[in-house]
Amino acid sequence: MWLRFRRNRGAVVGLAVLVLFFAVALVAPLATTYNPEENHLEEALNDPTPAHWLGTDHLGRDILARLAYGARFSLVIGFAAVGLGLAVGLPLGAVSGFYGGWVDLLIQRVIDVLLSFPGFLLALALIALLGVGLDKVIIAVGLGVLPAFVRLVRASTLSISYRSYVEAARAFGQPGLLIIWRHVVPNVLGPVVIQATLGLGSTLLTAAGLGFLGLGVQGPTPEWGSMLGEGRQYIFSNPNLATFPGLAIFLTVLGFNLAGDGLRDALDPTADRRIA
Amino acid sequence: MLHYILRRLLAALPTLLGVSLVVFMMVRLLPGDPARIVAGLLASEADVERIRHQLGLDQPGPVQYAEFLGRLVHFDLGTSARSGQPVLNEVASRLPWTAELAATSIAIAALLGITAGLLAALHHNQRLDVAISTLMLFGISMPVYWFGLMLIVVFAIKLHWLPAAGSQDPGAWVLPTITLAAFSVALIARMTRSTMLEVLRADYVRTAHAKGLVDRAVVYGHALRNALLPVVTVVGHQFGTLLGGAVLTETVFGWPGMGQLLVDALFARDYPVVQGIVLTFSTLFILVNLAVDVLYGYIDPRIQYA
Repeated sequence: MWLRFRRNRGAVVGLAVLVLFFAVALVAPLATTYNPEENHLEEALNDPTPAHWLGTDHLGRDILARLAYGARFSLVIGFAAVGLGLAVGLPLGAVSGFYGGWVDLLIQRVIDVLLSFPGFLLALALIALLGVGLDKVIIAVGLGVLPAFVRLVRASTLSISYRSYVEAARAFGQPGLLIIWRHVVPNVLGPVVIQATLGLGSTLLTAAGLGFLGLGVQGPTPEWGSMLGEGRQYIFSNPNLATFPGLAIFLTVLGFNLAGDGLRDALDPTADRRIA
Repeated sequence: MLHYILRRLLAALPTLLGVSLVVFMMVRLLPGDPARIVAGLLASEADVERIRHQLGLDQPGPVQYAEFLGRLVHFDLGTSARSGQPVLNEVASRLPWTAELAATSIAIAALLGITAGLLAALHHNQRLDVAISTLMLFGISMPVYWFGLMLIVVFAIKLHWLPAAGSQDPGAWVLPTITLAAFSVALIARMTRSTMLEVLRADYVRTAHAKGLVDRAVVYGHALRNALLPVVTVVGHQFGTLLGGAVLTETVFGWPGMGQLLVDALFARDYPVVQGIVLTFSTLFILVNLAVDVLYGYIDPRIQYA
């Protein structure tokens, strides 16, 4: 599998970008001596210089330092949100597909409701319900990726729940939850991992969108989306403020999408082999 | 056919009820006293009580929900806490802006996306395919609001070709439309490419080639027609998504649509307006998806209406 993944040049590039951003997030305090939340008004809105590679923002904070620290928040939000979607979605989907009946009906109606809020609106509606803040953003964005996991796991579960080994386990009288754990979960893991990787990209976009509107992580925390939102006010005089955070979001999401596409091709040899 | 549509509408009812429940809860779950929030910080205790009664907040929850539904049936979305205007009027004055922007964008997205996807599939693994696929991958990875800002920097600030904001002259439509369409173009192109590649390998395409049909007839008459079926669903779904996704684009360009109104209302804690917009968007989304399903059956004669 790794061999197939490695042959896909795009996937390797994606992975490399991600590794770079992870490294930056990890060593942010070592990589930069600037404090990302400390104001230096006398140095506000500087263009890139040898001291500040990407310039400074409207409060004189080093943009590169804020981006490096911001990588932590963006990645944490992404992984926590997808983790939440996965942790809730996998069992819900498996139970829904395995047991069917009214349990299935109930779960599917709830998912239908979640899916009735078009795209970004679900996150907005949930933020309106929950309020702003890091944990709220994670919940709002996590619930956004939940339906995809439930549907995916449910479909896979349905397709294997009539295989002979599952029927055999049933005939032995194994409890349903044990069958799900032993036979259903290992079978759906592949597609779920692909979905999770691609989901990381979309959660990052949504979370940054909330930050951009000022409804996500609140300042002075250096989150990429809110940096972009703050930078927007200076777009006419200092476009750097908005350009670089957006570029960081773009590259990270691109990394996840490339890696996700690569994983899909590596795990599913029947899917069309993409080069790009 | 009519029977099928009616049944689908009926099946959408529980979902709509669920949506209305979520929207109803929005105000109830807020930390603090909703009556106090609506009344404002400076309101007297008597005013808060009056508003509490006016909003029916002194009633038990289920009764409140029933009354909320009762008002919805009469298209009564309440009154804006800021302007004192009926929410329905505010929504009605903004909806056309958003709908027109979304409609223009989806038309462009469908046209460009299908063309790009088709070209990529026909030149599978050649340079054109690689170029298009890379571009489309960029398209789904970009934050739209950032793309919009970059367009403003290039075309409004540096080149002075187009206005950065506003909605009056025709030029003001260009950048918001491109911004809103970008993600959908990429998604539709990727979808078209992959279904087209699948279809081109199908037996009936080989048969069509074998019986001596020219490439053009095979591609457009047999392959494309089949490949576009799932694409229709994506296009329809994207249209609904664009209605909601317009929030970010509208904020970037100061577009006077529903999205902008929603963000303003969220910051002003004008919850009746937030509720009204969320409810309108979701209802539209459900209806658009329903229309796509019906249309899908219409263009694919293999689907039976049982």
